[in-house]
Amino acid sequence: MFDRYIVVEDTLKNVPDGVQFGARLPYYRGLGLSMIEAVDVTLDGQSVPPEDVSVTLSGQTYRVPDMEHEPDAVWNFGEVGTVTVRRPAGLPPGEHEVSVRFRLRVSYLPMLLTGQDRKVLRVGT
Amino acid sequence: MTQMTTQGTTAAAGAQIRRGVSLYSFQEEFFLRKMTLEDCVAACASMGALGIETLAEQMMPGFPNLSDRFYDDWHRMMAQYGTTPVCHDMFLDTKRFRGRVLSDDEQVASIERDLRHAHRLGCTVMRVLMFVRPEILVRCIPLAERYGVRMGVEIHAPLHLSHPWILRYSEVMERENSPFLGYVLDMGIFTDHFPPVMMERFRRQGATPEIIEHVRAAYDARTLPEYVINDVREMGGTPLDIGMAEVLRHNLWSNPKHLLEHMPRIFHVHGKFYEMDDQDRETSLGYEQVIPVLVQGGYQGYICSEYEGNRHIQDAFEIDSVEQVRRHQRMLARLLGEREAAHV
Repeated sequence: MFDRYIVVEDTLKNVPDGVQFGARLPYYRGLGLSMIEAVDVTLDGQSVPPEDVSVTLSGQTYRVPDMEHEPDAVWNFGEVGTVTVRRPAGLPPGEHEVSVRFRLRVSYLPMLLTGQDRKVLRVGT
Repeated sequence: MTQMTTQGTTAAAGAQIRRGVSLYSFQEEFFLRKMTLEDCVAACASMGALGIETLAEQMMPGFPNLSDRFYDDWHRMMAQYGTTPVCHDMFLDTKRFRGRVLSDDEQVASIERDLRHAHRLGCTVMRVLMFVRPEILVRCIPLAERYGVRMGVEIHAPLHLSHPWILRYSEVMERENSPFLGYVLDMGIFTDHFPPVMMERFRRQGATPEIIEHVRAAYDARTLPEYVINDVREMGGTPLDIGMAEVLRHNLWSNPKHLLEHMPRIFHVHGKFYEMDDQDRETSLGYEQVIPVLVQGGYQGYICSEYEGNRHIQDAFEIDSVEQVRRHQRMLARLLGEREAAHV
C-alpha cells in the first residue's frame, strides 16, 4: 500500500558526512515511531547498517535503532521524512539505486506489515 | 407508495437513510498533498453527501493532541459546507510498545481518548475495530454514555453477522443491553463477485489466465476458499496464483436478510467500494440486494462511501477518488430513491 511512493523522486543529495533523500511511510495512517520495527535502506544494492540511518520528522531527528523508544513521536500520514545515511564519502554524481523497506507493527494484524520501494535517483548538486 | 425526500427515504418502514462519505476515500490525494482536509469536506458537500466520517490518524496530524483551534476550525468547516460529523474511526495500538501488549487499563484510556475526540468533533458514532475485546468495550460503556458517542464494532470481512467472533459481541450486547454498544456494518461482507480490480492486478503481475478464470468462477459458485486454493495447487499454480486464490479467504458473500434481526444495533454503514464503472455500478459488491433490506428493516443512519480501490490500481493507474466517490453517491441516491439524483 503506497509502496510506489516511499522513495521520493528528485530528493537524493550529498550532505556533510552523508547522503539524504525523502521517504514516506507505506500505510494509511500515521504511526508512532515505536511501531516501526525496521527501516532497511540499501544504496546501490549495499545494505546500510540501521545505526547509520536516521529519520528527520518535523525538525526532530531519530536514529533508527532509537525509534522503538519513541511511542509519542508520529510519522504522519503522507509526511515526507528526511532519511539521512551516514556515509562520509557521499555518493559520486550520477544515478544511484535507492531502496527502502519498512516493517510496521500494526496492532490489528497478526503479522508485520511490509512495504518496500526501489528507485533510481540522480544525485543533485 | 412511500414518501420520498431528496435526502433519505421511505417513511413507511421508518427507514431514514442518509448519504455520507468517509474521508478515507480520498487518502491517495491527501497522502500526496493534492487535497487538504477542507478540500475533502468540500468535495463531499458538492455531492450532497452531508455526513462526514474521519480517521484522525490519517488527516488530523497531531492527534491525539489537537488544539482548540483545530476543533474550532472543524466546526467552522461543518457550518460553512452544511456538513455533519457522523463517525470517528478509532484505532487501538495494543502493540504500541515493543515486547508487550497494552494493559486493559491502558486500552480503556486509549478508547476514552477517542471517545473524547469523537465528542469534540460532534460525532455520535465511533467505529471500533473488531479486534478490541468485548470485555474492554463493556468497561467503556459508562465513558461512551458520558461523551454521548455510540460504539459500533465494525463487522468486516472475512467475518459476518453470524461468525463466532462476532457472536461473542452479540452475546455481550444482549447481556449489557446498552444503547451505546452496537455495530458498524462494512459492505465487504456482501462481496458478490471476486473484485475485478483485484483480479486485474494479479493479471498485471503475471497470474495464469486459466487460473484467474477458475478462481473467478469458483467465487461466483460460492466454493469454499480452501477447495479453490487446493484446485489452484493441483492446476500447478504459481505462488502468485495461490496468493490470488487466498484472497478468497478475506472476501465473502453473506445473505443480507440476516441484517433484519440486527437492525436496532446497526449504528452506521461503511459503503465500502472497490470500483465504480461508468454506469455508476459497483463491479463486485451487492448494493442492489443490500439497500432494499436496509430500507425494509427501517435502518436509521448513514451510509458513508468508502473508496478502497486505490490500493488495487495505484501500481498502474492515476487515481481519481473524487470521481469514484461521485459515481458511488449517484448509485446510492438512485438506490435510495432520491428524486434529484441527477445533481449528485
